[in-house]
Order: sequence, then structure tokens, then C-alpha cells
Amino acid sequence: MPVPADRHFYIDPARCIGCNACVQACSECDTHKGVSMIQLDFVDRARSTQTVPVVCMHCDQPTCAEVCPADAIKRTEDGVVQTARKARCIACNNCVLACPFGVPKMHDEANLMMKCDMCYDRTSQGLKPMCASVCPSQALFFGTREEIEALRPASRPVDGFRFGAQVVTTRVRMLVPKSFSEPLLAVTAPFESAPEARTASASFDPLLANLYQESES
Amino acid sequence: MADPLRSAPRLDGAHPVRSTSLDPDGGDPFGPRPAWSAGVRLDTGVEPDRVVDTHCCFCGQQCGIRLKVKDEQVVGFEPRYDFPFNRGMLCPKGIKRYLQGAHPDRLLTALERDESAPGGFRPVAYERAIERTAAEIRRIQEAHGRDAMAVLSGASLTTEKAYLMGKFAHMALATSNIDYNGRLCMVSAGAGNTKAFGIDRAANPWSDILGAELIWISGANVAECAPITTDYVWQARERGAKVIVVDPRLTPIARTCDLFLPIRPGTDVALFNGVLHLMIENGQVDRDFVERSTVGFDEVARHVAEWTPAKTARTTGIAEAAIRKAADWWGKAKTSFLMHARGIEHSSHGVQNVLGAINIVLASGRIGREFCGYATITGQGNGQGGREHGQKCDQLPGGRKLADPEARAYVAGVWKIAPDELPPPGVDAYEIFRKIERGEIKGLLSLCFNPVVSLPDSDYVRAMLGRLDFYVAIDFFLNETARHADLVLPGSLHEEDEGTVTTAEGRVIKINKAVECPGEARQDWRIVQDLARAIGRERGFTFAGPREIFEELRVASKGGVADYSGISWEKVERQQGVFWPCPADDHTGTPRLFEPGSWNVVARGNGPFYFADGKARFNVATYSPPTEVPDTEYPLILTSGRLISQFLSGTQTRRIGPLLDMDPEPFIELHPHLAEHLGIGDGVWATAETRRGRLTLRARVVATIRPDTIFVPYHWPGRKSVNRLTIAAQDPISKIPEFKACAVRLRAATADEAREAVAIATPSRRPPLPTTGG
Repeated sequence: MPVPADRHFYIDPARCIGCNACVQACSECDTHKGVSMIQLDFVDRARSTQTVPVVCMHCDQPTCAEVCPADAIKRTEDGVVQTARKARCIACNNCVLACPFGVPKMHDEANLMMKCDMCYDRTSQGLKPMCASVCPSQALFFGTREEIEALRPASRPVDGFRFGAQVVTTRVRMLVPKSFSEPLLAVTAPFESAPEARTASASFDPLLANLYQESES
Repeated sequence: MADPLRSAPRLDGAHPVRSTSLDPDGGDPFGPRPAWSAGVRLDTGVEPDRVVDTHCCFCGQQCGIRLKVKDEQVVGFEPRYDFPFNRGMLCPKGIKRYLQGAHPDRLLTALERDESAPGGFRPVAYERAIERTAAEIRRIQEAHGRDAMAVLSGASLTTEKAYLMGKFAHMALATSNIDYNGRLCMVSAGAGNTKAFGIDRAANPWSDILGAELIWISGANVAECAPITTDYVWQARERGAKVIVVDPRLTPIARTCDLFLPIRPGTDVALFNGVLHLMIENGQVDRDFVERSTVGFDEVARHVAEWTPAKTARTTGIAEAAIRKAADWWGKAKTSFLMHARGIEHSSHGVQNVLGAINIVLASGRIGREFCGYATITGQGNGQGGREHGQKCDQLPGGRKLADPEARAYVAGVWKIAPDELPPPGVDAYEIFRKIERGEIKGLLSLCFNPVVSLPDSDYVRAMLGRLDFYVAIDFFLNETARHADLVLPGSLHEEDEGTVTTAEGRVIKINKAVECPGEARQDWRIVQDLARAIGRERGFTFAGPREIFEELRVASKGGVADYSGISWEKVERQQGVFWPCPADDHTGTPRLFEPGSWNVVARGNGPFYFADGKARFNVATYSPPTEVPDTEYPLILTSGRLISQFLSGTQTRRIGPLLDMDPEPFIELHPHLAEHLGIGDGVWATAETRRGRLTLRARVVATIRPDTIFVPYHWPGRKSVNRLTIAAQDPISKIPEFKACAVRLRAATADEAREAVAIATPSRRPPLPTTGG
């Protein structure tokens, strides 16, 4: 049975608390026990507790599959980009290098690329993926558009991303504030501007901004 | 006792630290060894033999979880989507908790101290261990009186076990000296709630968070310590709520809050008083509610007159404008939910902090209604149920007082003894160690408590264990405290027993057994009953199982404030939990306390609060600085707390590989300004020193903490334990220790200190990844 067309995966990085529940739950998935397909990173721990979970975005035209010389990566009819087929994968790393989101990982011991398949064994049976089930802050959510609209009235989903000249659209949606009106998320834009513009906020200290009073005792 | 290590003398405040094969930092047959999935737990396509609906064994939220059992072993989990509190959500601890089962460190037999044996213990037959324990108890009580035996219990136990421990101490041992590790956790909130409301329970179910228009969070690292609560707070925010977070650290819940108040540790009551001052000044007090439903406002109003915004800012270290904004939001809100946790409670004036918080809630009139709430976020698994039914030093079941003649008569009647046979109230957990020092306590039984890691000034605690004539511990792993025992009895894991616990919301839920105890290990209630029989006091300790214990608990709690008499296990299953009080069979429970017109056992119709007149109490909440304030010698503030990957003293979570991998080591968190001033770089070894001890850990330089404060997580033992530095100062009312503030100095570690720290650092011991897949 395919993943229902009306159920989607939503990522809301503003809600991520960095707890690793998604990472730990992913490694309990029956198809890749002991190995997590999710990457969770601090953006800049020195200044913020902001973290971002990275799951496969399940591109409509997956770059990983396009660059695969062995045709090992399949996108099923329901829009899920599957992990590499063991019989075909030649462990060439093309997909690892090409994916704009940095999702596929080469597992050298197995000579196999493995990646998030949106818990196909679960989602194709009507269940939620492991990560979106357990996520305590619901930074990862799996459900219908109506559900997410009701839960996040101040946000809207975006499914288009620009990396330099490349634009990809995805089955997984990123939630952005409604005040952000661009149709696409220009992921690489900060790196396309002059370096000095990027460091403008480097001295920002959230705690010292205006909330803290020096000790007088 | 002959063991020279155990009789480490106290020399003018200095406590030599043992460093031998028993050192918890070293290699040892009892661990801690981190476990990872292997064998059937790593195989794919394994159909579980059964899946058991139960709850997480860790924090007070008690998330529903389904445990997968294969070949009588818990091999994994499934989300429990049907449980209303968490709807499948879990934190990493719950997800990996199954790795505590079938663990290489698990105690499978009773153990007897033997210095020549590996790890210092040799196996002994269970019956022999029970006999010897009983003989020692008899000897000690005959020679030194009944109070010479003490019991330390815990709030991760089911309510049935907690009840049995209280009954065992008060009836079988007839000792005054029982207390529990909730003393380290919820007691300031409990005392404050009892003073103000007459009842010690979260006033509201968490669903009331969802519709509040203002959420106030003081001293609660919600995202790490109560992760699922994050979703409640943030879902309220989606509906338009503003969120105020008060914390010396900008924790993940604070990252997106609307107003962050970076408070100086230990000054929360000043902030609450300052807010009440402004509410009065701005005419934002709900006079109708105050008049109708409270007493004591005028005196409190007079007291907070001195707490001007300027003075509040000076005391709390929060900018005056931010204080004014918080007070303005609080004053204007139509609905609100105020929650706090250990950040304000772990203080030598923790009760005052809690009373300050309750005062601004009462002044707002926003309590006892939908979306108008107040709660402490209970920390331990059964932090709520474990503090209600008689394992606290001054308590009898039903939240009754051991000093109350009526309560004694009632409970003695249930237990079929004379009221005189019940001992008078005892002392708190820390005072038990001081009584050991004074020679008043000679024997100790502990269960579910690891004071060597979790109590402050822990070198003192360790030294006092050495003064005991006899110490028996019940545990499933040999925790750092049990290492000092003469005998260890092998107890049960959470998944090896059944019973109820009461969640942070006040919801009684059912823990279901997934597997049997391995080896000679057995359920804790069996061990306690075996001890009662062996000391010849079997009467009242012949329960066939937890259900029978619960049935007696229902009767024992009947008519008390914490009335469970209308709760049955069946009702708990049928309703997905029952909120106490539930005083009758046809009663469905009380999710929200203090609703207008509600009846309770104390007010009997006079009003919604648990006093004879039905009115809540304003209490003057007095600010005093932490017991130790920074000075020229120790110029900084040390605060401690939890990480999401670990739980309490780490007895379980430091043995679970994937959790230990998240945070293999504790660290010292400090602000870049402080780091620059001291010449400490991110990731280098730094040494923190207090008047009690010294600790060398890696520095974590982050802008998310006050520059005058350093933070160290407390889950580690031995030379990584921050509780060797913390102060044993206690709140005079609740007796909670002041974990959240003491004076400290910090410097880069010396080369010797760094070498020593490297020597005991935990390498990643994760085995190679499996080669399956595809």
C-alpha cells in the first residue's frame, strides 16, 4: 500500500529542542536497526541552542537518483525516495556528494548508501514515521495539510528550495512564518552575499542584549 | 567495620575520597558499562511475542509507551498513540530505556561485601542475605533502639511500593527515620502548595496550558527535563499565547520565548514580589477574587511595598524594563498558566520562592478555571504519588500528617495496630546522615536512592556511610551508594513489576509488567515483605501483590487530602488515568482543582481551597540571599541541573550506550565574557572550586548563560560529580538542599589536573555499526 497522498511530512525547525528523540527513534526502525538516518546539529551552539534535524526531503526530482550511475535509488509512485537498493549500489558516493540537503550517507561496512525512506515500512501501513511520532516538540510532524494548518495557524508550508542555480521541490515541507512571503527558501543565499554582511550579527549576545543587569552587590 | 575505606573520618570539613578498585570511575564487574542494542534487539523482521502498554520509567510526565517483548526480554518500543498526555511522543530516554533490561551490570543475586572479590562483593544466597539482614536489624534495634534503623526510599517507585516502604518503616521497623529522594526534588513546591492551597498537587491538567494567553515558566528547563511539556507550551503559543521564561540560562524553551528574564540564581522570590508590587501599583489585582476566595493579601501587599522595580532589578540582575514588561503582561492577561520546577525550589528559601509564585497567581485570580493554571513540574517518575502515602518523614498515607492524632488513629486502625505503636515524625534525608554522624543511626536500608551522587557535599555523605554498623541496599544495578553496603538485595526494574504512579498532572496511571525479574532478582515489595517476615513482624506484610497493596492504600487514604479511595485499577485503565482526589466509586476524579463551587474534604463546601474556610492563603514571601553568595575568594555562582540524555543520578541512564553517547561527560558551562576574562577556551579543561571541593571538567563556552554564573550537570559520580561542590544548606521548612546556588571560583586547569581528568574521561565505547541493511 502506498503512503497516503494526503499525508505529508512537515519540519518546523523553530520548534526543535535538540533532544535527539528523532535520532534515537530512527535507529529503532526495523529496516535499519542501530543506525539513525537523521542528522541533528546545532546551528551555532556558542550563541544559541538552536538545532536543526535533517531528514530526507524526498525531492520530486531527486538529485541523488539522477546522479546514480547504477540506478540504485528509486522514487516510488507515492513520492518517497527509497534508500539505495543493495543489489545495485556500487558505493560510489555520487549521491552523497550531489544531494543539496546532505542527506545520503555511505555506510562503508555495508558498502551501501543508506538514507531516510520516510519510514516506508510504517508510512505505507498507515502509521506515522518513528521520528515524527516521538518528536516531543513536534518539530517533525506527519499528517494532513488540514491538521497542520489547524496546529500552526501562524506558519505555512514551503516545498521549494533554491541552492545556487538549482531549484528543487520536495514531498517534505518546511514550515516558515506566514510573514515570510517568498515562494522558495533560498538556502544558499547567505553564502552568496559578501562575507562582511554575514558576520554582521556575530557580536549579538541574546542574553546581554537588554535583559541583563550587571551585579551591584 | 573493618573496611578502612568506609570509615573515612571527617577532618575539619575535609572528606578523603576513596580511590580504589571500587572507585566508580574505574573498571569494575558491576559497571557502569554502557549497553547498546545487540542480538535480537538488532535483528530486523523480529515479530514481538507481545507488546505491553505501559509508561516510561523516567520523569514525572510518565509518557505512555509500548514495550516490545521477545523471548521474555524487552527488545524495543512502539509509540503509544492512544495515551492522551503524550500521544506517541517520547524523549530519547524513553526510547532507549529498554536497554536497561538484560544488562551486563544487572544484579542477579544478592551480594555480600568481600574485599577480596572482584568489585568488592561476592554472591550470597538470597535467603541467607535476608536472614543476615534481619539479624543485623534486630541486633541494632535491640542495642540502640528502634530509631537506630533508618530507611531511605525513592520517588521512582510505584505508589504501592512507596506506601509499603512507609508502612514497613513506621510499622515493622517502628522507626521514625524514613525519608525519600523526593526531598531533593519536589518538597519546596509541596510545602508551598500546602501552605497556600492546603493541598500538594498540580492545580491543573496540562490541557489547561493550551488555551492560556500567557505562560510563565520560572526555573524550569522544560525542553530538557519535561520535553513533552514543550509541545503544550508551544501549542499555546501557536494560539497566540505569550511565553515568559525566567532562568539564568537561555534553555531551548527560552530560545523562542517572548520575554526572557535571565535571573541571578537564588533570587526568584524577589522577582515575584516585584511583580506583585507592580500589579498593585497598576491596579491589576483581581480584588473580587482576593476578597472572596483568599486571606492574607493585605499583609503581603505591605511586604511587597519595598520591592520597587529598581530594587527588584538590583536583586535579581534582570533589567528593570524587562521586569516592568513581565509584570505588565502578567497583570493584563485574561488567562494564564504559571509553572515552575527545581530552578526556584532547589534553594535554601525554596518555599519562599514558591509562595512568591503562588502570590502572583492568587492576586491575578487566574486559578481554578479552564486555561487558568498553576503547577510545579514534578521531576521524578512518581514524584507526585511518591510524596503522598507515607514514605516522607512526617507523613502517613493519604497525605496525612504523622503528628496528627486523628490521622494516627485512622491509619493505625487500617493497619490494625494501636496508634501509640506508630513512631513520631522523623527527620529529612540529609538529617539522617547527620544522625549517623552523631551515632544516633547505626543501620540503614535503602531503595531507589543514590545519595552519594545526588545529595550535596557528597564527600560528607560518603564518609557517613562508612560510620554505619550495617547498611543493606535493594537495587537492580550496584549504584554508587550501594557500593558502600554490607549486603545488596537484587530488586526489580520498572518493567518487571506492576502498580500505579501519579504523574505531574496528578493523574494516577497504571504501570504494567512486561517481563519477569531475571535470576534471583525479585520485585521490591517481595523483598520488603521477606524482611518483615524475617524480623518476626510479618503481620500486615502478607500482600499477594501490588493490587492488594493498592486496595489497602485506597482505604488508608480515604478521607485524607490525597484521597484515592474511589480509584480502582480498572477505572485507571478505562479512563486512561484518574486524577485524585477521587473519594467515591462513582467519582471520575478531579482533573482541575479549586473550581468555584467545588467540594473538598477539608472545606466541606465552604469554598474551593483546602482549608476549613475554603479560602486560599497569601503568605508573606521573604527574600533572603542564597546561603553562600559570591565574594572575592569565590566570585561566581555555581548552579546545577539536568541534561536531556540523563536522568537523576544516572544509575540507569549512564548504563545506556546511546544516551551516554549524547553526553559522555559532564562539563562546565560559562559565558564568553567570563571565559575571556579567565583565559578559558571552549573545550579546554577548567577547574571549579568551592569551599567543599574541586572539579575539573571541559569548558563549554556559550552565550546562553549569565556571565556571573557557571552550570554543571549533576548526573555523574566520583571525580565528575558536581555535588562534591554544592552546599548542604537546606530550606528551613522543606529541607530541600540548595543545589541551584553556591559560591565558586573558576580557572583553567593545571597540567596535573588536566592529566588526571583525561585519565578518567569516558572514551566513546560504541561498537562498530552493523553491516546489515538494504
